[in-house]
Amino acid sequence: MSADYVLETRNLIKEFKGFTAVDDVNLQVARGHIHALIGPNGAGKTTVFNLLTKFLIPTSGQILFNGDDITAMKPAAIARKGVVRSFQISAVFPHLSVLENVRVALQRKEGHSFHFWRSQKVLDRLNERAYELLASVGLADFAEAQTVDLSYGRKRALEIATTLALEPELMLLDEPTQGMGHEDVGLVADLIKKVSKGRTILMVEHNLHVVSKLADRITVLQRGSILTEGDYSTVSADPRVREAYMGTAASEEQDRADEQAAMEVVEEARG
Amino acid sequence: MKLNKLYVVLVLLAVVAPFFLYPVFLAKLLCFALFACAFNLMLGYVGLLSFGHAAFLGTGGYITGWLMMNSGLTPELAVILGTVAAGALGAVFGKLSVKREGIYFAMVTLALAQLVFFLYLQAPFTGGEDGMQGVSRGELFGFIDLTDNLNMYYFVLAVFLFGFWLVHRTIHSPFGQILKAIRENEPRAVSLGYEVNNYKWVAFTISAALAGLAGSTKTLVFQLASLTDVHWHMSGEVVLMTLVGGVGTILGPVVGAGVIVTMQNYLSGGELGNYVHIIMGFIFVICVLAFRSGIVGELQKVWKRNFG
Ligand SMILES: Nc1ncnc2c1ncn2[C@@H]1O[C@H](COP(=O)(O)OP(=O)(O)OP(=O)(O)O)[C@@H](O)[C@H]1O
Ligand SMILES: [Mg+2]
Repeated sequence: MSADYVLETRNLIKEFKGFTAVDDVNLQVARGHIHALIGPNGAGKTTVFNLLTKFLIPTSGQILFNGDDITAMKPAAIARKGVVRSFQISAVFPHLSVLENVRVALQRKEGHSFHFWRSQKVLDRLNERAYELLASVGLADFAEAQTVDLSYGRKRALEIATTLALEPELMLLDEPTQGMGHEDVGLVADLIKKVSKGRTILMVEHNLHVVSKLADRITVLQRGSILTEGDYSTVSADPRVREAYMGTAASEEQDRADEQAAMEVVEEARG
Repeated sequence: MKLNKLYVVLVLLAVVAPFFLYPVFLAKLLCFALFACAFNLMLGYVGLLSFGHAAFLGTGGYITGWLMMNSGLTPELAVILGTVAAGALGAVFGKLSVKREGIYFAMVTLALAQLVFFLYLQAPFTGGEDGMQGVSRGELFGFIDLTDNLNMYYFVLAVFLFGFWLVHRTIHSPFGQILKAIRENEPRAVSLGYEVNNYKWVAFTISAALAGLAGSTKTLVFQLASLTDVHWHMSGEVVLMTLVGGVGTILGPVVGAGVIVTMQNYLSGGELGNYVHIIMGFIFVICVLAFRSGIVGELQKVWKRNFG
């Protein structure tokens, strides 16, 4: 029954000029889960996100949120309903301060966002909550900084804080750890785990280590269709997944092994 | 702090200026400065280049002019109604245009403004090619005689200061904060639940109303409303003023309007009269190539480098 699912898609299809980027996808995201969407480059993961948040209009199919059909809703309305996304490329307001970034999100529910005759000092009463949110992602010390000056990892953390400010029921994260160094990946993964309490998260993630650590359920997308679904052990054991996807992961592991070997050689030489 | 002091000095200068310079010229300058400030609200703070702002300037002018000639209203009421009319027109234009981006937005606003131009050309009440002449300035609140140029000037100054304050306030309001967010990263603003087109629409309407306010007061100053004010040349001129002064800086449009209006005044009288447009075009090219941030923008950079 759909009551168990926060989000469901039915026969979701997106065609771009004859090319089918999303092909008959039936996705079901259970309440309280961290659900990972994985698949090779160009599989259609970001397109699925764009469809779910209506940044793209589906060619056909249905999207249900808590059992309600939201297929015809506009992107901002979907966000107000409680489905808030992040973007593959970090989405911040670069020339606002870190604090202001979070305040933009907090401001929406205050109901004065059209008040052009009032001083922005009224926003100061959001500061306390904004600081709390920043503290929860480890950015308390950066509140006054210009956002452009943040490191990439911190920008992503800020993005999560901003998203959290809306208290979304469902968070969609598009490759939250992409392009990060090891340390930042660990930090962001912990952060996602922490904020997943009491909400549902659907995330696209290439880093399989992160997926294995976080995901309750995994959907593998290949050339627009669902290849398989299940928990990490089921999915990673599937030979088709290995063939379609793990190929890249295997070579990454190979890289890491090579690196390890090189390090050992160096150590030996020193010793 | 420093900025506040600067404002105080500027206002004091504006108060004493008519004792040294011709008040009607100063009033004209302030009208265009307000027009440019209104335009800059869209270009500088929403990031949309309107190429149809002359329609609002002209509408304010015609409505106020017509009311002064036919209704017996006092000038402040005629100005308010002219402003409201321009704002209403802006609301309609905005509904039709803010969904577009970049050059398409400019084209839609230009097309709509041309439509308005031809309407005014044909409409009997505007006086067509001759314009609406002999508009009386009337008595402000029924007892301040505006035929006195000094009185007229102080009225324009008050109107300008109000308009300038409103732009300043809009930029630094909760609403302005969302405008900023939209300009910085529109998809992100959408994903946070903001209907960005509604915000752009409100900004456009405010901008149009203020352009109308500039047109209304200008008609009183010159006792004339004519097609010049609704012509697309005028829409282009305000782009020029804003670029020369500095897009997205609050004082830039004021400085830009000052430079352009002064130049036009001196050049059109002298031997170079026929070359005004060529010289302005030349300045425009120099600004675009060398001083992208305009006079005020460049000054701010220098200031930051040395004292920031
Ligand atoms: N607006 C568009 N117009 C045409 N084709 C598109 C458009 N957006 C995406 N595509 C195509 O759809 C396919 C899926 O793209 P998508 O960005 O969803 O992949 P992805 O799974 O997110 O890949 P990655 O892992 O690289 O982010 C690609 O082949 C892409 O070229
Ligand atoms: Mg993608």
